Amino acid sequence: MTWILDEQRRMLRDSAQNFLAERAPVSQLRALRDTRDAHGHSPALWRAFGEQGYSATLVPEAHGGLGLGVAEAGLIAEQIGHTLVSSPFFSTAVLAAWLLRTAGSVAQQQEWLPRIAAAQTIVTLAVDEQSRHKPSALTLSAARDSGGWRLDGHKLLVVDGHIADAWVVAARADGGTALLLVPRGTAGVDVERTLMVDAHNAARLRFDGAHVGADALIGSVENGAALLDGVLDVGRAVVASELLGLADEVFERTVDYLKERKQFDRAIGEFQALQHRAAELFCDLELTRAIVRQAQAAIDGASADAPLRVAQAKARACLTANRAVQEGVQMHGGIGMTDELELGLFMKRARVLQELFGDAAFHTDRAALLNGY
Amino acid sequence: MNLDAPAADVALDAFRRDTRAWLEANCPREMRQPVKSEADICWGGKRFKFQSDAQRQWMQRMAERGFTVPQWPHEYGGAGLTHAQAAVLREEMAALKCRVPLQSFGIWMLGPALLRYGSEEQKRHYLQQIARGEIRWCQGYSEPNAGSDLASLATRAEVHDDHFVVTGQKIWTSYADEADWIFCLVRTDSAKKHTGISFLLIDMTSPGVSTKPIQLISGKSPFCETFFDAVKVPRANLVGELNAGWTIAKYLLTHERDMISAIGERAAPRPVGRYAAERLGRDENGRLSDPVLRSEIARFEVDEAAFRAWLKMVGEQARAGEAHPALSSALKYYGAELNKRRWELMVAAGGADALEWEGERSQDGAAARAWLRTKANSIEGGTSEVQLNVVSKRILGLPGA
Repeated sequence: MTWILDEQRRMLRDSAQNFLAERAPVSQLRALRDTRDAHGHSPALWRAFGEQGYSATLVPEAHGGLGLGVAEAGLIAEQIGHTLVSSPFFSTAVLAAWLLRTAGSVAQQQEWLPRIAAAQTIVTLAVDEQSRHKPSALTLSAARDSGGWRLDGHKLLVVDGHIADAWVVAARADGGTALLLVPRGTAGVDVERTLMVDAHNAARLRFDGAHVGADALIGSVENGAALLDGVLDVGRAVVASELLGLADEVFERTVDYLKERKQFDRAIGEFQALQHRAAELFCDLELTRAIVRQAQAAIDGASADAPLRVAQAKARACLTANRAVQEGVQMHGGIGMTDELELGLFMKRARVLQELFGDAAFHTDRAALLNGY
Repeated sequence: MNLDAPAADVALDAFRRDTRAWLEANCPREMRQPVKSEADICWGGKRFKFQSDAQRQWMQRMAERGFTVPQWPHEYGGAGLTHAQAAVLREEMAALKCRVPLQSFGIWMLGPALLRYGSEEQKRHYLQQIARGEIRWCQGYSEPNAGSDLASLATRAEVHDDHFVVTGQKIWTSYADEADWIFCLVRTDSAKKHTGISFLLIDMTSPGVSTKPIQLISGKSPFCETFFDAVKVPRANLVGELNAGWTIAKYLLTHERDMISAIGERAAPRPVGRYAAERLGRDENGRLSDPVLRSEIARFEVDEAAFRAWLKMVGEQARAGEAHPALSSALKYYGAELNKRRWELMVAAGGADALEWEGERSQDGAAARAWLRTKANSIEGGTSEVQLNVVSKRILGLPGA
């Protein structure tokens, strides 16, 4: 079944839903923001992700993980979207775990995968360099030197970049693309935490003659571009799930409000102008759910059309979430503009998730190219 | 085959083998060619002119086996198939490219209504005729002053001891000029709205019935106006109770919406983007050379792909018994709007060529007529606005009306 959740997936979703509602409600994000928390996430919550097994989702069983797929990671991300959890789940348990399990050397896998599964480390991916996602035009260079690699260039929008124990850096190299595992503390790396509109973690990195050993390379330079495409698509499909969960949550809250809020002596949900917009949004949410699940099934099934499905899913999820948060604020009226109501936090998060690994414009263009025009 | 397979699977496999063998032996070669024009579609009925002996033979053979209405019970002309068996039959017909042997409003609409609301006598009388393609039915619902507000219909049926006298006018009756009978909503109590409507079956050859075809903005159409001038209808032609016709009508409208939204599920139409690129060319990066049109098409195709995934998702939900019944309204709304968008883009990509109205080059304006015809998608079978009302009230639970 591609669309309906089987018993195992239903249990996973319910578990994540209950766990996050209790341990990481939206108020947690607000507190992290208002205290300017140095971690930008709750380390205790991340440890609990390990106990729950969420951080082990994509890690193979041989390395202490669950060996599940992107569909399962997506279900957790969907629930993260519901309460706007700030968590290294995406950077570490999705991006790094997938890269290492797919192309990591035996030594890399042994060193990192068990710790990722147990949520005892944070590892992230550094791709973007320009303010708009354009992974085809990497400028950060990786040059072979004295038995290793020398890195020069910069990265931005590196999720959890300021707290990571290692960054997987995508670099332009002679003969292809290098994905290099750079440990924290490497000389010549400058880290700047960037406080973002959504109060989630991001950083800018500057590499100035930073040196790593030959064993830092994940996979090969020849296959580096394909590997980067692969991990980006996994990331996009999971971000699409987070957008979907976020949009579902905002929609639910908005429809509830339409039933409660009274003006002109009646519930504003009686007004057809609002009813029709809500009904259209319902359609958008359902077809987004459908294409997101299809994309994840395509990745997990190694289907040839996975890149196209992912592009369609990410584009659609961006459009739907964007509409959901805008309608959410508008239909709540003045109260929707206040920081006190949580709606604004959803709008801000939605904007960053849209940008992350390509927005609707990027993916609509990509889908068109993949369709031959 | 797995020797441990449950008995049901073994039986289904056997049914598949029998069905395939029977179809191979009985489906004439001509009936395995794709349908190219209206004349290739078999509607049945007293006045139907079969295109070929093969078309007649195919309909009759399938009817004898109950396969024109596979899931209806045997005693009413069906084959009594289960859902799973009917799916097997569809799959096997598709594998051999067999044409649909008979299609009609009798099969899609009146049949299900009679099965649920008809008397035993009515079932025995009418259902067999439908299954065998002997009688062609049309539907008389809309009236000039009863469109979205269908329950305000005014065609009057005076109640007498053993008959009704029907006077009034129906509109948008598809194929009324070729149909033998009409199933009709009529007003039998003018003091009440929804509970003053009855469901009546009327012989189109009755004195006082006349029809007039309607020309649409897209040209010739199957739609007609149908007039009733003091038409005498036997009391036995009433389906269900007197004044209880609205329940049947609502039941059938759901069927109609399912049918219309299923249009999207048929053979995938030509991809708009590739069509446009073939006509207008690509730039050095392989992008359609008209960038603004390209972005509109690309956005449309993302939505179209998501809609197709949604149709499949709802199919899965329906099979698991988890689909909300009002989802058909949501699908109908979205599918109709999507098809309108598709044809706006097709005509834009076609340019002046797509605007020719007559002549061989344009196949008598096929593109322009198809484009114009789609404008009715969001009107027929319940307007988009009515579907959105249904979604907001029944699925979202929003208050009012």
